[in-house]
Amino acid sequence: MLALKLAYRNLMGARLRTWLNVFVLSLAFVVIIWNKGILNGWDEQARRDTIEWEIGGGQYWQENYDPYDPFSFEDSHARLPDVTERAVAAGKLTPILISPATMYPEGRIQNVLLKGIDPGQEILALPSSYLVTEKDEIPAIIGERSAENNKLAIGDYVTVRWRDASGTFDAAEVRIAHIFKTNVPTLDMGVLWIPLEKHREMMQLEGEATVLVTAREIGYDGSIISWDFKDHYFLLTDIREMIEMKSIGGSLFFVILMSLAMLAIFDTQVLSIFRRQREIGTHIALGMTQRQVISLFTVEGALHSVLAAILAAIYGVPLLAYQASIGWTMPAGSDDFGMTIAETIYPAYSVGLVLGTTLIVLTTTTIVSYLPSRRIAKMKPTDAIRGKIQ
Amino acid sequence: MVNGTHDKGAEQMENSALIAIRDLVKTFPMGKRDFTALNNVNLEFEAGEFAGFVGPSGSGKTTLLNIIGSLDVPTHGEARVLGQSIGSLNSKKAADLRNKHLGFIFQSYNLLPVYTVYENVELPLLLLKMPTGERKKTVLQSLEWVGLTDKMESRPAELSGGECQRVSIARAMVKVPEIVLADEPTANLDAENSHHILRTMEMLNRDLNTTFIFATHDEKVIQYLRRKISLDDGQVVQEEVMVNRRPGD
Repeated sequence: MLALKLAYRNLMGARLRTWLNVFVLSLAFVVIIWNKGILNGWDEQARRDTIEWEIGGGQYWQENYDPYDPFSFEDSHARLPDVTERAVAAGKLTPILISPATMYPEGRIQNVLLKGIDPGQEILALPSSYLVTEKDEIPAIIGERSAENNKLAIGDYVTVRWRDASGTFDAAEVRIAHIFKTNVPTLDMGVLWIPLEKHREMMQLEGEATVLVTAREIGYDGSIISWDFKDHYFLLTDIREMIEMKSIGGSLFFVILMSLAMLAIFDTQVLSIFRRQREIGTHIALGMTQRQVISLFTVEGALHSVLAAILAAIYGVPLLAYQASIGWTMPAGSDDFGMTIAETIYPAYSVGLVLGTTLIVLTTTTIVSYLPSRRIAKMKPTDAIRGKIQ
Repeated sequence: MVNGTHDKGAEQMENSALIAIRDLVKTFPMGKRDFTALNNVNLEFEAGEFAGFVGPSGSGKTTLLNIIGSLDVPTHGEARVLGQSIGSLNSKKAADLRNKHLGFIFQSYNLLPVYTVYENVELPLLLLKMPTGERKKTVLQSLEWVGLTDKMESRPAELSGGECQRVSIARAMVKVPEIVLADEPTANLDAENSHHILRTMEMLNRDLNTTFIFATHDEKVIQYLRRKISLDDGQVVQEEVMVNRRPGD
């Protein structure tokens, strides 16, 4: 307690020197928390969007389906068992049929995936209701990026060529019924969404599907023969790995910032111990043991981080709260990364993040403060009093 | 008493003495050889003395003061302060002795630059864990002794040399120690300030019966001493008691 009191007094007495260090350290605090907050926000948004738009409560994949192997698509479909049909009717499952095709926008050739989805489904946020049509035509919805790349607008017709289950090539004109905007690029880039029944008809795959998406919370959770259930952990692997990669980058940033701040503290401590020899000697003459003086200097260094946390809270909390409310607009072209990424990322801060960062900074500062302070134990008090130590 | 042999009677006296130094030798390594800073010193001090070690630079004054102040230990012989043998004290006990019973006044004041006058004087009491109310009262009283109550919010950089040394005296006296050790307290002061602080110390010696021991070669200090111990080459060469001088004369 005494060390704390004296350390506080020393720091306050050192005025500008203290506040410069505290400011640098507080910057480290704020930037580290902001950086982590952005990654957390990105992670949360990416997961939420992917769940809402693509994977629902989980997916059943036809056993041959491999999204990374386009050659598997021809064989990766199967008729839905009766129990599954009932779940579909109850809104617990929605089937998606996937097949490769070729699109000819403005005379160019473009490989696409035809994905048939029930226009009445409410499990995914995909605006499939635009696929409802009374006419004898094939309506399609596509994502904004695809539309832009292929120069397609609502109402345009585009020729699509596919090979049906018996190996026969066929082609038809598809009308763009709607262009949707999504943060999930796998629903957008190179994908043409059409009504499920039309797709089945085109492919001659009556009652078949490639993927079954379960509804969140009330979703179907039984096992289906020849279909493999993929849970969120599996389906969000890409996002998790991307966030982990980003976290490594963030950690490097963290290490650099911390190193700069710690260098400032270490330097101050080393300088203090040389500049304040007389003070050290005086403390000993007044009745402190060398251990107590070491504690005093260590606490003094560590107190920088406490003051930095307070200062960071004073300007950081409103700053970060404001940033969290307006979000961070991603630069143009970010949506081409191929990863789920919102136009604006809203940082997510948690108590754990703030406490964890504070604890790490406090511990590191204490260690960095203690290391040079150990030299005090080697000082002869009589030399220290006279400031004779070189 | 002068440097020399000890008999049984002297040993009995030692036990009752405030400070008893017997056959004290202090050497420092200097290259491959040892330098003898103090050689066979025998001294005793009673409570209330106003004494000083006098001698040229390198005569061993400060070394002797440091040993009495438990900042250093004898190489041979013994130094007993308030019944405790300095050589056998561990660092905690030595710190405890300094904390409770000894006050220090240094040539260059050794005030903590970032503390105010009040905080500098308060520091020894914080180490003694004195309660806040009592501490405040004691600090103010101590500042009153040295006439610095109007400067208690100032920092050392804002004070003159004389004022700094008065703060140093207040800090040494605030816990009313049995012994105050003053190493060249007037070396950085002009004559007027030197006399001022010496009169202050003399007054405190008289009023509080605190033993003051100086290390000095300043004539101004020497004329205030009631006991002058001359050192040369680490040995006590002469000891003089000014019988006619009384505190406050």
